[in-house]
Amino acid sequence: MGKTYETVIGLEVHVELATKTKIFCGCSTEFGGAPNTHTCPVCTGMPGSLPVLNKGVVEKAVAVGLATNCTITRNCKFDRKNYFYPDNPQNYQISQLYYPICRDGKVEIEVDGKKKYVRIHEIHMEEDAGKLVHDPYTDSSLVDFNRSGVPLIEIVSEPDMRSAEEVIAYLEKLRLIIQYLGASDCKLNEGSMRADVNLSVREVGSEEFGTRTETKNLNSFKAIARAIENERERQIDLIESGEPVIQETRRWDDTKEYSYAMRSKEDAQDYRYFPDPDLVPIHISDEWLKEIRNNQPEFRDEKRIRYKEEYQIPDYDIDIITNSKKLADIFEETIALGAQPKKVSNWLMVETMRLMKEHQIDADGLSFSAKNLASLIKMTDDKKINGSVAKEVFEKIFTEDIEPEAYVKEHGLATVNDEGALRTACEEAVANNPKAVEDYRGGKEKALGALVGQVMKAMKGKADPASVNKMLRELL
Amino acid sequence: MTITDETIDYVGILAKLELSDEEKLQAKKDMSDMLDYVSKLNELDTENVEAMSHTFSYNNVFREDVVINGDNRDNLLKNAPEQKDGCYKVPKTFD
Amino acid sequence: MDIMSMTATEIGRKIKAGEIGVVEAVKACLESIEKYDKEYNCFVTVDREGAISQAEEIQKKIDAGELTGPLAGVPIAIKDNMCQEGVLTSCSSKILSNFVPTYTSDAVLKLMEAGAVIIGKTNMDEFAMGSTTETSYYGETKNPWDISRVPGGSSGGSAAAVAAEEVPCALGSDTGGSIRQPASFCGVTGIKPTYGRVSRYGLIAYGSSLDQIGPLAKDVTDCATILEIISQYDSKDSTSVNRTDNDFTSALCDDVKGLKIGLPRDYFTDGLDPEIKEAVYQAAEVLKRKGAIVEEFDLGMVEYAIPAYYIIASAEASSNLERFDGVKYGYRTDSYTDLHNMYKKSRSEGFGAEVKRRIMLGSFVLSSGYYDAYYVKALKVKALIKQAYDKAFEKYDIIMGPVAPTTALKLGESLSDPIKMYLGDVYTVPVNLAGLPGISLPCGYDRNGMPIGLQMVGNAFEEKKIIRAAYAYEQTRAYKRPAGVCERGL
Repeated sequence: MGKTYETVIGLEVHVELATKTKIFCGCSTEFGGAPNTHTCPVCTGMPGSLPVLNKGVVEKAVAVGLATNCTITRNCKFDRKNYFYPDNPQNYQISQLYYPICRDGKVEIEVDGKKKYVRIHEIHMEEDAGKLVHDPYTDSSLVDFNRSGVPLIEIVSEPDMRSAEEVIAYLEKLRLIIQYLGASDCKLNEGSMRADVNLSVREVGSEEFGTRTETKNLNSFKAIARAIENERERQIDLIESGEPVIQETRRWDDTKEYSYAMRSKEDAQDYRYFPDPDLVPIHISDEWLKEIRNNQPEFRDEKRIRYKEEYQIPDYDIDIITNSKKLADIFEETIALGAQPKKVSNWLMVETMRLMKEHQIDADGLSFSAKNLASLIKMTDDKKINGSVAKEVFEKIFTEDIEPEAYVKEHGLATVNDEGALRTACEEAVANNPKAVEDYRGGKEKALGALVGQVMKAMKGKADPASVNKMLRELL
Repeated sequence: MTITDETIDYVGILAKLELSDEEKLQAKKDMSDMLDYVSKLNELDTENVEAMSHTFSYNNVFREDVVINGDNRDNLLKNAPEQKDGCYKVPKTFD
Repeated sequence: MDIMSMTATEIGRKIKAGEIGVVEAVKACLESIEKYDKEYNCFVTVDREGAISQAEEIQKKIDAGELTGPLAGVPIAIKDNMCQEGVLTSCSSKILSNFVPTYTSDAVLKLMEAGAVIIGKTNMDEFAMGSTTETSYYGETKNPWDISRVPGGSSGGSAAAVAAEEVPCALGSDTGGSIRQPASFCGVTGIKPTYGRVSRYGLIAYGSSLDQIGPLAKDVTDCATILEIISQYDSKDSTSVNRTDNDFTSALCDDVKGLKIGLPRDYFTDGLDPEIKEAVYQAAEVLKRKGAIVEEFDLGMVEYAIPAYYIIASAEASSNLERFDGVKYGYRTDSYTDLHNMYKKSRSEGFGAEVKRRIMLGSFVLSSGYYDAYYVKALKVKALIKQAYDKAFEKYDIIMGPVAPTTALKLGESLSDPIKMYLGDVYTVPVNLAGLPGISLPCGYDRNGMPIGLQMVGNAFEEKKIIRAAYAYEQTRAYKRPAGVCERGL
């Protein structure tokens, strides 16, 4: 009988912080931009240039640390990590090894109804590297330093995860916390959130950890799940065939669905860290920490409690809405503009979800404004449009964020409240449908529906169904 | 302290320096002499001394998060040994 | 009127009075360089056209009353490790032999704003690693007092250019004595300011925690005047300290009454040339007669400074010099097989022997398994050295002693034995480790007629005390020019 194995996973998660400028110079962090147009002597490693720390980076790093229950290192420093690579202009990366800004945190995750904590070993600040692009015409590489010096935090977990599901739950949790903080947009596909997976396997029941590998280049949750499964199998195969697992860094190729070792004899992996003499230490005083703490936003768990008390919407709705900072923001802003909470939640839970599925976007991709949703709800409240028109208009809001008032006016979609026109249409319907009239009078309530349909058709869908009903009953 | 050929080769990889055999011989001697000389520091008991990475106790020197640099690419690229398409050109990297 | 025999501030005064034109002063420099630099090799680059056009601009501003400072129109030379926009900045290294920065170091910028005219870039030990200016890719600089001798280093080009009267003043940089020791060897005055006093932005780093830019000139007045201008706060350097006490010229007063001067007994040991010992004691006598209180005391830790320094400086240098890789600027080897081969060949061909020696040592002491034993140990010893100074400054205003154990050595004499050369920095290195200000000024001449330097060290940010004492001492002596310079025009 085969042995059973347990997978042990720790994560190193890099998150690009949403500051306007780079960590050590006044260059823009904006994405896009022609190669090397967001660079200066500092972020291209020119001789004599010196780094000066962006205060916003420290504040965002501390905010993430507080939100993940870390201890904040009150006196921290930057260290240099030395290694040669063309995307690293100084051939050292300014990072933190000896005194990282946050330590010993934890976040709670839930998988299949089971809750557990994933401990955070540390969070440190560092600078991102530039980008290397292969040039097929000259068979060389081209270096773009636009990303060089973009601020990153690296969140290092303890090896507390046991499955791909737990890893993804942990990443979702981190992403939600960081998005709630506004510290980053955490997009895996654009690289503003990147996860390296440290994985080892051991026989179930074993106390010892196996030899771990680090897998890089994981650009989606799906890739992460695939890479974990693949690496688990690879290590088990090695162990079962009596071969050693080598401690190494591997690169995942998601199209080919396999990983390969990134090894080179020129790669000694001896980073010779030492305190960077060009930067002075950081002291986080009680006052500063208090200020950052006071500026922390309301997180999901707090929102859940408040929504329940304040808005009386179902727990299920609350779960869905608070699971995205974007949805929660739209929800709260729409209510602030005067809409009734239950109605807003209905729009989000039904039509928005349907359209998200149809357009294959997630909540972060939503681009409509609370203002237009609020106007739409008000128009239905005021009976200016009926329900089916509202759905049609919302689709336009969802895709193009149109202003509903103007749109309805322009397309003549407003409910017709002209009593004369309505009476005429009803009278015509009664006159032209003797069978339905007879059935109704004979006690068949359902026959009224056919008459309502005729009237709505005659009114081009712009009548208020309730008024039509009332008028027909009067006539009959 | 005796410095081996392996140590010299290893440090050469770290420092990206390629030494000729003659230079290696000299480097072995120089490094070993120097390490013997600096071992003088071991005469001092520093058990309870805190390592002083920064001489003065200044801290919290920050920059506000405001963009001050514009596009200076052409100027910066002037010193590049090789460039192409607004980028620094280097021998093919392995990934 | 012999412009080149004047001090910087004298030239500045005469320009202000309209007795000398700025272009005239600059041309006098260029002519002197033209005539004499072939012999001494003080300069890597002379910016003739740039200097003349700067001079014309500055003359206009002086005439318009826009520039009124003491250095307006005064020519100055810059050590070749300070970036100047549009001017070759080589660090006297092959690896930067084609590097033209697109930005200017803050200290140089402040001089330019004050109206000084940058004449050119002076020779130095490659990347400031050396005490003789013999490790330059551009050949050694010779001492104007005796061309068979070294000018000291690493700011040897700056010191020799002042002594040879090719320029009235210059900037140097000092990591372990690189301003004070060449000043001493060339019979001129130099100040290494407190760490953080002068911005390091644009200074190509050797040992970042130790490097400071400072002036070299013929007298204390010039040095104080230049320092006052370059020591303004710079937000581009995180270690630049914002202070208001940089009015150094206010300390130029001939009064040392009650000033407490300590002479470290442990400096005056067997390793010190007896003639230098005698000259320093005599200087102490002079100051005593002027009312200073002079005492001998035990500083301690003297023999540990050099080992700690070479570990720290080499470690920092190994990291600082990683950026020279043939990718973004500087020398790239002609042929290579792949990326790492390109790195190795460019660096091995581009760096000289002394630089490679320190990079190898620095990489080793930081490497896995050795970091604590060497680097952390050295940082702890640095703390002890700082403590020794702190204790001394509880009792004394100034610590006074020699600059170097010998006067200028013969060319080639020290290169064969690196450790012996390193030991020559025994009196200057601890000052950098503790971040303190120090001044070097002439106090005598040895049996060969070579200048002897006197060093005064102050507590952190107390440059004014050493400037005052040095100025008072200087009043008892006349500036002496090298024989070769005196004979010019005869």
